[in-house]
Amino acid sequence: MHNKRNEEPLVEVRNLCKYFRQGRSVLKAVDDVSFTIYRGETLGLVGESGCGKTTCGRTILKLYSATSGQVLYKGQDITNSMSARELLAFKRSAQIIFQDPYSSLDPRMTIGEIIAEGMDVHFRYTPAEKQQKVRELLAKVGLTEDYANRFAHELSGGQRQRIGIARALAVEPEFIVCDEPISALDVSIQAQIVNLLIQLQAERGLTYLFISHDLSMVKHISDRVGVMYLGSLVEVAPSKAIFAHPLHPYTQALLSAIPVADPDFEATRVRVKLEGEVPSPINPPSGCKFRTRCPHAIKVCAEQQPPLVEAEPEHFVACHCWQHLYGDGRK
Amino acid sequence: MQEEISKELFQIIGPEDNEAEKIARPRVSYLRDAWRRFRQNKVATLALIILGILAFMVIFGPAISGYSFEEMDTTNRNAPPSREHWFGTDKLGRDLFARVWQGGRVSMIIGLVGAFVSSFVGCIYGGISGYFGGRVDDIMMRIVEVLISVPYLIVVILLSVVLKSKSLGTLLLAMTITGWCGIARIVRGQVLQVKSQEYVLAAQALGVKPWKIILRHVIPNVLSVVIVAITFDIPGYIFGEAFLSFLGLGIQPPNTSWGALAATAQSMYAFYPYQLFIPALMIALTMLCFTLLGDGLRDALDPRQRK
Repeated sequence: MHNKRNEEPLVEVRNLCKYFRQGRSVLKAVDDVSFTIYRGETLGLVGESGCGKTTCGRTILKLYSATSGQVLYKGQDITNSMSARELLAFKRSAQIIFQDPYSSLDPRMTIGEIIAEGMDVHFRYTPAEKQQKVRELLAKVGLTEDYANRFAHELSGGQRQRIGIARALAVEPEFIVCDEPISALDVSIQAQIVNLLIQLQAERGLTYLFISHDLSMVKHISDRVGVMYLGSLVEVAPSKAIFAHPLHPYTQALLSAIPVADPDFEATRVRVKLEGEVPSPINPPSGCKFRTRCPHAIKVCAEQQPPLVEAEPEHFVACHCWQHLYGDGRK
Repeated sequence: MQEEISKELFQIIGPEDNEAEKIARPRVSYLRDAWRRFRQNKVATLALIILGILAFMVIFGPAISGYSFEEMDTTNRNAPPSREHWFGTDKLGRDLFARVWQGGRVSMIIGLVGAFVSSFVGCIYGGISGYFGGRVDDIMMRIVEVLISVPYLIVVILLSVVLKSKSLGTLLLAMTITGWCGIARIVRGQVLQVKSQEYVLAAQALGVKPWKIILRHVIPNVLSVVIVAITFDIPGYIFGEAFLSFLGLGIQPPNTSWGALAATAQSMYAFYPYQLFIPALMIALTMLCFTLLGDGLRDALDPRQRK
């Protein structure tokens, strides 16, 4: 999977922060996150619910304005003010697929109108051209053209998610944030949607930021994977590396939570269990945010926030202890 | 002894041209579709027809009667219904048929104008409150809560004292001055709900302009609820007017309304029950029809009910 990517960065996220004011306190949904997405690749972003994955994805698309930090899209800083034309070009080029296929389609609009919505903004098609495009897109996502006259509530979850994909594709984007596109679907449909996404990527050279909490799906689709915990990125590495030898204790715990379809193995394997709950993002722990649940926490973890360092080529980890844990005698 | 079944015995028929997937239907606009669904609802359609007849009579009834609603005929007081006076006459010898429809005009005007004024104000107020949210929303909703807690009877009495008039205008003003609060709350709730839907985010991600998002997504999704709220509001205003007129706080003679007619007839209803019965029936019928109409509209405007 690694070879389809070229080395040209498409999206560079630098020290991105997104805080929400909640009364008097501040909720740090995304706290100093940096990563790069290369053209043509799929970067998986995983983490528990509420760890800031979705906020991160939406801030990259300028749906939320960043509190601080930068997002460079094709080298252009989109967090600063842009001219109307630049903004429009960015919106055409970067799209999103939503998690909830029930709330992401307007119940008052027909499928045809929903898909054409973006075309009206970005292209000047005649009505006939528009209809033709809608038909092509429906075929592309595996639906027949009859669906154009239907309303969203007449479709199943999987069909709705296909419409969501068609709507994003309608403006011919290069970069798509897939915001948990499969977590609301049942397993058989999940595979269909993921395969559709992979197929579209191959055909159109799309770049994905694939947000999910389903690790096995992320493993299947991603070239590289980033792991988030409480608003911070704790580990980024190529998919193979992260699943073969995770360096961060949190990643290890996450991976050991994946069920294995082998009862004998499942019965014998030792699982890394985490104690306690995720701390509140309003008042996160000092230093390393994971230290309160980390089995290896030492004194320095409470004092300093660990930087994201390149532990091995392309494998970044934010942990004070990874060297002690794996440095010399790694298994 | 098993019989050999060779492959040649089987024949692939193939799927039937994907006809099963084809559930095409002609393109119908949203409103036409809603109208179709509305007509399938027999009760609501009947309510609409009755309201149509009532509206027709209210407009043309006084003219049909051939009498003026103020014209007194002292030789013919408290006459029972007859060929000359279809609903009889009142204690001053005025034709009740003319008076009922004249009174209907007042009641209908108050119901319609009151509901529209209050929903107009309520939509704008609630829309602003919901759309901007945050602190604006907090302050605006606290104001509404204060206003809603003032009993409107007090407002009406105070206003008629302050303005020294008991005209139609005063009555409308008194009833709408706090009446828009309910709609404002409904609209605010709806706008808040629609605003957080992912299709609004999707439109933002597509680069659709804010005013267009309001026009294409927010208003259509709020509108049906508002229309239904208006239809449910109209009987409230009609009843409010009837109630105030019955208490003598509303329409003053010689003008009349259904409530005022019922009030005058009430003192002698043991002798002339029809004088009370007819205006009371009109009030009940109109309120019932508007409520049934509102019910029908709510179902018809909801696309999830589409079959």
